[in-house]
Amino acid sequence: MTFSVNHPILFVLAGIIIAVVLAQSVFFLVMAWRRGIKMGMDKKKLKRVAISAAVFTIAPAIAIIISVATLSKDLGIPLPWLRLSVVGSQSYETIAASNTMEAMGNSLGSGVALNATQYVTVALVMTISIMVGIWLVPVVAKKMQSGMITMEKRDKKWADIFSASMFVGMIAAFLGFVFCDVSSVFSGDMTGLIPVLVMLVSALCMCLSGLLVKVFKARWISDYALPVSLVLGMASAIPITAWLS
Amino acid sequence: MNNEMNCSIATGTGENYMNSVHRWGRIWNLSVMIILFAFPVAVGLIFRALPDLKGLGLGLLATAPMYWAVGIVETFTYIPMLGAGGSYLSFVTGNISNLKLPCALNALDQAGVKGNSDEGEVLSTIAIAVSSIVTTLIIVLGVVLLIPLRPLLENPVLDPAFAQILPALFGALGVVFVSRNWKISIAPIVLMLILFISIPALNSGTVGIMVPVSVIFTLIVSRIMYKKGWL
Repeated sequence: MTFSVNHPILFVLAGIIIAVVLAQSVFFLVMAWRRGIKMGMDKKKLKRVAISAAVFTIAPAIAIIISVATLSKDLGIPLPWLRLSVVGSQSYETIAASNTMEAMGNSLGSGVALNATQYVTVALVMTISIMVGIWLVPVVAKKMQSGMITMEKRDKKWADIFSASMFVGMIAAFLGFVFCDVSSVFSGDMTGLIPVLVMLVSALCMCLSGLLVKVFKARWISDYALPVSLVLGMASAIPITAWLS
Repeated sequence: MNNEMNCSIATGTGENYMNSVHRWGRIWNLSVMIILFAFPVAVGLIFRALPDLKGLGLGLLATAPMYWAVGIVETFTYIPMLGAGGSYLSFVTGNISNLKLPCALNALDQAGVKGNSDEGEVLSTIAIAVSSIVTTLIIVLGVVLLIPLRPLLENPVLDPAFAQILPALFGALGVVFVSRNWKISIAPIVLMLILFISIPALNSGTVGIMVPVSVIFTLIVSRIMYKKGWL
């Protein structure tokens, strides 16, 4: 059988694996939903969370399709489709593929089609190098959760602060990242301000949403505040980039 | 009913539920791990191709150590934030910091519940599961329509919008969480601003490494403030 990076069999193989991963998500969704109902949680509340999560996901998911399109030029469609539907990212897959191709005396993006040996080697490196989380979570999650519960029993207030601190710590890192190119302004390059202004637009949209919820007492607005702010922030990047570039 | 709702995940049916989450999570994750390996193996068998051992060895050497280290640190950092069900799912479906975790955070914020509560575990799992399903389906749609969609997806006009997803996302999320936790937010934000502005090597490629640094720093500062009675 002649190999091609877009061979129909590769689509079938990737499709089967993605179907299993999809089944895992459905399984956990049903399990959590049933648990919520059993606990007496309002069905409407659960639905609101589900709808909001779905709406929020659309823009980042489109960005993932763009990554699939970019990677598909060298690797075909099935492998990027598989890798970006499971744990993976454009930057990681590009690095893994480039490192492997260079080790085989080739380079990614050279325009030469991959043969089956190169393809299998690249896929193996991609799979092995990012497998840690998938097996480590089953090993440590229960113990870590027990630790959290013990901490909560010992000191409820500190457990709440601990949880909030973790979220704040993560957000602080990304807020810092937004400013990483800002020093370029001192050399006359204003593009470093683009992410900062986009962040401010998005934050402003979120504040306005909060204000609208209070003024009109329309709680439903808060369900869509994050996805709408995200999309408006992203949209603002187009004129801001044109202005500052 | 309310008593049950308020109970800790460590008691009553909550414990049974959590045991079930861990049992099924282990089964699913280990199964997914095996089938992910099955892809290159199956391709090799079908097309009668063995991996290039030199390429495999050197490729792994250049790629795996960094991503294994990051993976270990990320696992310990994100599990307490994602909850049990959310962790099993997120570490299979990926895009944790830019999609799954913000989704869970938003769900908890909307419902006004804490992540370490019984309700929080349920809601974050639902949010992450729905997000994973929607992402998978949108990618399937994108793959099916990739050829007709390619001119639109690769339209240079849209490039800046998709290049700025993280600032747009964390601007919106940040304003909510920082305003609610401003006392514990000041020190880590100041530290991260100083580090990211002053060290050129810190950029989009290294922000993932800085998340655990920032989380540990925030925990230390919060602990000190808590002990001094400032929180």
